[in-house]
Amino acid sequence: MIWFANAFAWLADPAHYAGVNGIPVRLGQHVAYTGITLVIAAAVALPLGFLIGHTGKGRSLAVQVSGGLRSLPTLGLVIVLALLLGLGIGAPMIALVILAVPPVLAGAYSGVESVDPRVVDAARAVGMTGWQVLWRVEVPLGLPLVIGGLRSAALQAIATWTVAAVLPLGGLGRYIYDAIATYDYTEMFAGSVLVIVLALVVDGLFAVLQRLVVPRGVVAAGGAPAAVPA
Amino acid sequence: MRFRRKTSLAAVAAAGALVALVLAGCSTSNPTASPSSSAAAAKSSQEPIVVGSAAFPENEILAEIYAQALTGAGIPATTHLDIGQRPAYLKAMKEGSIDLVPEYSGNLLQFYNKDTTDKSSAGVFAALQKAIPSSLEVLPEAEAQDRDSYNVTKEFAKKYGLVSLGDLTKAPQPLIVGGNPELGQRPYGLPGLKSVYGVTSTLKPISDSGGPLTIKALQDGTIQVADIFTTTPAITQFVTLKDPKNMVLAQNIVPLIRKSKASAKVKSTLDAVSAKLTTKALIAMNGKSSGSAKESSAQIAKEWLSQEGLD
Amino acid sequence: MIWLQQNAGMLWGLTLVHAGLSIPPIILGFVVSLPLGWLAYRFRVPRHAKIAFGGVVLTAGGLLYAIPSLALFMVLPGILGTSILDPVNVEVALTLYAIALMVRTTADALASVEPDVRDSSKALGLSGWQSFWRVELPLAGGPLLAGLRVVSVSTVSLLSVAAVIGVNTLGYLFLDGLQRDFPLEVSVGIVGSVVVAAVFDAVLVLVGRLAMPWQKALRESRLTGVGEAAAS
Repeated sequence: MIWFANAFAWLADPAHYAGVNGIPVRLGQHVAYTGITLVIAAAVALPLGFLIGHTGKGRSLAVQVSGGLRSLPTLGLVIVLALLLGLGIGAPMIALVILAVPPVLAGAYSGVESVDPRVVDAARAVGMTGWQVLWRVEVPLGLPLVIGGLRSAALQAIATWTVAAVLPLGGLGRYIYDAIATYDYTEMFAGSVLVIVLALVVDGLFAVLQRLVVPRGVVAAGGAPAAVPA
Repeated sequence: MRFRRKTSLAAVAAAGALVALVLAGCSTSNPTASPSSSAAAAKSSQEPIVVGSAAFPENEILAEIYAQALTGAGIPATTHLDIGQRPAYLKAMKEGSIDLVPEYSGNLLQFYNKDTTDKSSAGVFAALQKAIPSSLEVLPEAEAQDRDSYNVTKEFAKKYGLVSLGDLTKAPQPLIVGGNPELGQRPYGLPGLKSVYGVTSTLKPISDSGGPLTIKALQDGTIQVADIFTTTPAITQFVTLKDPKNMVLAQNIVPLIRKSKASAKVKSTLDAVSAKLTTKALIAMNGKSSGSAKESSAQIAKEWLSQEGLD
Repeated sequence: MIWLQQNAGMLWGLTLVHAGLSIPPIILGFVVSLPLGWLAYRFRVPRHAKIAFGGVVLTAGGLLYAIPSLALFMVLPGILGTSILDPVNVEVALTLYAIALMVRTTADALASVEPDVRDSSKALGLSGWQSFWRVELPLAGGPLLAGLRVVSVSTVSLLSVAAVIGVNTLGYLFLDGLQRDFPLEVSVGIVGSVVVAAVFDAVLVLVGRLAMPWQKALRESRLTGVGEAAAS
């Protein structure tokens, strides 16, 4: 328990908030990396997932590919791409987007699929085209599950960017890896606490978002995050 | 009925596979130990000397060299490699699960005595003998050193006329220095550059101990000065800046051993190894590990020992 | 590749350790989450107590699952009192993740059993306990297995991160490969990890088929949307 006391002392020390290695900078980098990962993953996986959910085709392929991608060990993927593609943010970003795609994809197609087929039929009966059914009915009603997928992906990304700091990157993982080298257990612990707090805050924000996007009068499906924390 | 028989066979097979996996996983053998040393241990009835190592290739090679040299001299030895950081394997030594470890004189001294002022090889060794716990001892060190060194590209050195660390003040400050994150705090890191040579610098942390990423960064200009260890194969393409004021601690390879295992025969075997171990030899060995050959630590150790007539 | 041949022994050894360290969290996670999942399912609606106890369990699980693995490996020694480089930290962390995931799945799986079935059991004279073991749990088996397969893949994949704290499984190949500029070694580690995960998955599917021979008929006669959703 003394470790918590030491870690909080470390976190309370104003010296750790200044400079390039300060907490605001590292936190900002971590949030930025995660945000960019989500945006790219969403750009790739959301359209694909909506299509799969709407047409019903390609689902088993998507499940299998997702399962395969999910079994990739994050530390290995990040390192092998860095060795092949070199220094810089590019290699880990590619790795992280690859790992973030499965949960977003699953959220997208299960969100669309979760809409009551009778509602879809009614929409078609009213004369909506396929596109209109997708964008005006399926996506809005399936939004909680879609956001659930983004939530899983966000947690996954926060966790994996921490691990990715084995490479020369910024982010909160820097505290953990640098501390391993200097045997500074307090810094390791404090860095870990920061990562955990960030993860919980982001999780909470997404949970709130999931409730907010439920159209009035509809009971949310409340999807379980089925993705892997890295 | 046919289905029943198939399922019971399959059930037995699955259960058997699971049990085998669990048993295998529960075994305490270390997968990174070399096969030759375990075989040698099996032959003898004595307690083998357990040679530990830290988790990087050079230390693995050195541990293999010690273990194979001992085995060759008729002393049973096994390896327990890649234990992690210094506190971890020193703890293992205190507990007796490891007997011998290849260490670096300067870093080991600073671990026990943070504020040591001795910098030269001889000074560090003498101080080390007094600083280590009484149950351990250090045997005579090798000439080989795996020291931090500051390097610049040949072009950069030519441009500013750089030969030694003090010359860096001729280049525009602050200089971007690339190296392990701890360089920001170590006395031979950025603080030392300032206080000993008057050089102002900022750190770009690259967590690969002066490895491939650091070298690429120096080659493409992302950093101007790189902290590269003196036994890194790629160091030969750069200019290593001299350190006349001994800012960087000496880091001779020295066997750290538990006194209870340090018999006369063990000592003489290890002394013979240390006598022939040069920085150049280590550069070549590291080259075999990370270069195109990608030889295993055990192989590299074997080749060097036979080349030096120590097997 | 010559390197593969020469190092086959070491690679096989690392694979076995990797598999061996993956098994306890999966099994323990499953076993511990059965009663917890049942509790979460049973008490999910607030009755006499103001809070739904079940809801609390699920929320706790969700929060636990959100904690990044490397951070958890670091923080556990402070809580458990173990040394920071002890493999026990890794096993505990992986078990916690397995529980966190399986509790949710178990609760959902039990909830997916149709209420008619429960009524039928009561009508037949089965006690609550008998009904759970002989009727509800077997029927929830499909989604449970799907959740277990996710836990299995997750555990095998996460274990390699432990190499950072010196627990040498296939993850050792990643760090050694980084230090020696050896993408082949890293790739071999990746492939090895994926293969172990695939083997575990195949074993689980086999165990599922053996334990639940009725699943095949069920699958053919009814949509199994719940099972597939849990697996995705």
